[in-house]
Amino acid sequence: MIPILGADPLFRDGIDGTVVLIVIVKTIIVFTVLLVAVMFYVWFMRKVIADMQNRIGPQRAGPFGVLQTLADGIKLFFKEQSSPECADPPVFRLAPYLAIIPAFMAFAIVPIGGLVPVAGRQTYLQLADPGVGVLWLLMMSGIGLYGVMLAGWASGSKYPLLGSVRASAQLLSYEAALGLAVVGVLVHSGSLSTRTIVDQQAWTGIGSIVSQWYWLPAIGAFVIFCISAIAETNHPPFDLVEAEQELVGGFHTEYTGIRFAIFFLAEFMNVITMSAIAVTLFLGGPAGPALGFLAADSWVNVWVMPVFWFTVKLLVLLYATVWIRATLPRLRYDQLMALGWKYLIELAFLWAMISGVVVVGAREGWNRWVTVPAAVAGAGIVLAVLWACLPRRGEPVEEIR
Amino acid sequence: MARKKIPGMIGGLGITFKTMLKPAVTVQYPHEKEEPPTRARGVIALKEENCTVCMLCARSCPDWCIYIEGHKEKRPPRREGGRDRTVSVLDRFDIDYALCMYCGICVEVCPFDALFWSPEYEYSEHNIARLLHDKVKLGEWMETVPEPEPLEVGAESAKKKK
Repeated sequence: MIPILGADPLFRDGIDGTVVLIVIVKTIIVFTVLLVAVMFYVWFMRKVIADMQNRIGPQRAGPFGVLQTLADGIKLFFKEQSSPECADPPVFRLAPYLAIIPAFMAFAIVPIGGLVPVAGRQTYLQLADPGVGVLWLLMMSGIGLYGVMLAGWASGSKYPLLGSVRASAQLLSYEAALGLAVVGVLVHSGSLSTRTIVDQQAWTGIGSIVSQWYWLPAIGAFVIFCISAIAETNHPPFDLVEAEQELVGGFHTEYTGIRFAIFFLAEFMNVITMSAIAVTLFLGGPAGPALGFLAADSWVNVWVMPVFWFTVKLLVLLYATVWIRATLPRLRYDQLMALGWKYLIELAFLWAMISGVVVVGAREGWNRWVTVPAAVAGAGIVLAVLWACLPRRGEPVEEIR
Repeated sequence: MARKKIPGMIGGLGITFKTMLKPAVTVQYPHEKEEPPTRARGVIALKEENCTVCMLCARSCPDWCIYIEGHKEKRPPRREGGRDRTVSVLDRFDIDYALCMYCGICVEVCPFDALFWSPEYEYSEHNIARLLHDKVKLGEWMETVPEPEPLEVGAESAKKKK
């Protein structure tokens, strides 16, 4: 039990009814918060895109249209569920849940706040802090891929099938880049646990934005992580999985009603989770200045401020996602594959190598002025060799039989 | 490749950001209304007393959406001992706005200034048949017809028959 749930002090004195109750309440809260967050994110996205396109956007349901997503959800609940004649019914029904359950599970490792006292216990504002930490995210996004893949396969229809083939190729490619980008942080942190990573980026003053947070020492990994996270969540400009002009709706063409809604929920949930993980890994998670005029252990500083800073950072990243979504046109499929395999994976790999050398060099006390240029030069040589091996444009590629 | 594309992407992000800061120009129609330009071609109004039932408008209408019926009546002579006058009386003047394409040829062609453009635009109906408006309705729209533009300085004023 303890290795799975991690180093949470809640489990230090054994597990009793109170602990179980706290964990259940935490689970329900994370579940609800994520659902409500998706609701607001969809509204926020539609509003921001509308502003960027000189429109107003949803404004009828509720104040400023915030309840629009709820209205759409209720509508989809009451719609007829149809399934094509050629569909494989059990898999067809299972696929949406295969997409959404990992989307929920992945969020479990995100530290939303700091250490809080609950019912005489100390616990982290985080559902689980497993030892595998960030690997959990990669695992869950890997399983989430099955939802998309099986949905297309089980639909018994050609466009969903094409969409799901695209999805599997795209998600597999970008998962490699995503994983290698995460390594860029892990070499610095020396731990997979998200809680440890966040603790290392604790707030010590305004300078900790550059000195503590990992976005600067791992700037290359940060950029690669952001690009591949957008690709991993099928967000524009990487939304080839559901390219309307080519594939109708992609893998969810044949889905109706609430199953269709579940796919969308899962997709937007993944966006939120990926942004939350980026905040955790690179932007210090809940780290931020506390209110100085209140005592350090007042409830505002313990409960509210970390969650507030986490939310602010999350919103910044989500805004960037929406901004990119509203601006950039969709990539062509070969461009997508070229970006993933020819650039991002190599760069992420080389970045991990360079930061590995830098971190080990710093620990061993090597001369920084020798190790860093040497690492960069080594990376440059590898890059040059890879570049030389790439087929040139117009050059006939030898067919492998 | 990247040399050209990355500045393009950043430029695009700049444009979307600038657009975001501008307010949307959408008008929330039923709640707030835009004043149409004074001489907007909203609907065609009929000044019944000017109409002589000459049928020019009905004949020039490209999609035959004007229906005119009239009859002749005898009126007493203007001077003592004269013959009775014959006048055309308008019985029916309907325009089917489901057919009308707002070309304005009827307004142009009318020799007695009986047809006018009005900026009125809110006359939609739930039933297409109800878009056929009769002379009473067309006459009501005369109130919304704006005054003609003042003549330019030095222009010859329209001749008036005494």
